[in-house]
Amino acid sequence: MYTDKVMDHFKNPRNMGELPDADGVGTVGNPTCGDLMTMYIKVKDNHIEDIKFKTYGCGAAIATSSMTTELAKGKTLEEAMKITRASVASSLGGLPPVKMHCSNLAADALHSAIKNYEQKQKSSQEVEE
Amino acid sequence: MGHKKPRRICMDYSAGKPVDSRVINEMLPYLNAHYGNPSSLHTLGQEAKQTLEKSREVVAKLINAEKPETIVFTSGATESNNLAIMGTANRNKNRGSKILTSSIEHMSVVNSCKLMTRRGFQVSFLPVNKFGLLDIEQLEAELDDKTTLVSIVYANGEIGTIQPIKEISKIVHTKKAFLHVDATAACGQIPIDVQDENIDLLTISSNDIYGPKGVGALYVKTGTTIQPIIQGGGQERGLRSGTENIPGFAGFAKAAEITKNEMPQESARLTKLRDDLIKGLIDPIPNAYLNGHPTQRLPDNASVRYSFIEGESIMLSLDIMGVYASSGSACAAKTLQPSHVLLALGLRPEEAHGSLMLTLGKDNNQEDVDQLKSIMPDIVRRLRDMSPLTPKELKK
Repeated sequence: MYTDKVMDHFKNPRNMGELPDADGVGTVGNPTCGDLMTMYIKVKDNHIEDIKFKTYGCGAAIATSSMTTELAKGKTLEEAMKITRASVASSLGGLPPVKMHCSNLAADALHSAIKNYEQKQKSSQEVEE
Repeated sequence: MGHKKPRRICMDYSAGKPVDSRVINEMLPYLNAHYGNPSSLHTLGQEAKQTLEKSREVVAKLINAEKPETIVFTSGATESNNLAIMGTANRNKNRGSKILTSSIEHMSVVNSCKLMTRRGFQVSFLPVNKFGLLDIEQLEAELDDKTTLVSIVYANGEIGTIQPIKEISKIVHTKKAFLHVDATAACGQIPIDVQDENIDLLTISSNDIYGPKGVGALYVKTGTTIQPIIQGGGQERGLRSGTENIPGFAGFAKAAEITKNEMPQESARLTKLRDDLIKGLIDPIPNAYLNGHPTQRLPDNASVRYSFIEGESIMLSLDIMGVYASSGSACAAKTLQPSHVLLALGLRPEEAHGSLMLTLGKDNNQEDVDQLKSIMPDIVRRLRDMSPLTPKELKK
């Protein structure tokens, strides 16, 4: 059902865990649907310096989370915003069609973490002004 | 997670069973030497006819049917369920248009019933309690003079809960309704007696008793009015046209004979393994629960669920360790809905998603159960470590 690459990320997930001092946090999904993901990012000089994930879900949900962190790490925020569900899936050598929508949410969680970071930046600037 | 390749353990026998070697030997001559068609009047054909009728006799004995002719051979449990529901409802339309069934039926019953609603029948899916036992009061309340068919699963294969069929039968027969029982999972594990339990129609499947796939039967009690759903040359007393699958039926009969002899010992052996397995899957792991009834359950069935994690990822983790299992999670299904059977127990979707279904079979032994008991806590812990839902106190 899954590619070797998906199974590799499922067995040995990269960057799994939390970042207690994260600069941005994004959560997508819903436990009722069987998938919930949280992405934590640490930003330095407009780059994703560190990234971690926590995921509840099926094999595809875990593997796409892991792959997304691998793709995003070290990228500028603009580059990271260009990571899509499709690019995550193709980096994994594809996903079963039924998994493309329900479990392939990790890119959205990443974008949500970046937006959360940008929001925080904006509000701290407003405070300084 | 370990990297050594462990031996393979199948604990997904309800999905498919190996054909018993004695059954294979029984079938082989009918694939080549004795290839006759029972409808032919020559000797080759009449020999096949004899095999057909002998097979019918043996299968009838397994469920204590009153006579061999009550057995209609089919292509499997799905066809038997379709025939029972559509064939009985359509044939008795003049008497009433109400069908009662449960909310934990196999999809072949669910979808046959749904089709009948589109054809003007009224179908009620009766509730079950948290253990999966049919709500008898609801059955009594809904059963009326317009009800022509009640279809109840003997034991659902996903949760293993065994229904009190004799009691249900008594209630159903207070009205003029026929009782159909889907015994696909139950047959071969617990004794079934269609006369004693007063069952009008009963579905059984060959592969579920270690016979070949693609073969099943519908028991149709003498006097039950039913019409075919397949049109053709009128085989099986007109109820199931199509040239008879003689190798398949002979294999089914051999499997029935073996099952009848070996069931008492084998079911006792599996029950012991099952109880040990369930204990090992639940006791050492926090927030782990049994699905289905603790005692009124099929000997082969260990269905459990774990909070905060998802069933497909448990199943995949087991697969990596060489253990084949099944899950009631949406992510393991084609429909993206958690199993309707688990939801019918009153579980919330997120509870149903964490389900793991293990079904034992002939080749399982204590060593297999011990292996499961030793690997499961780590698998659950690893997935909970990954899950954002796990409460902090469980993470140590």
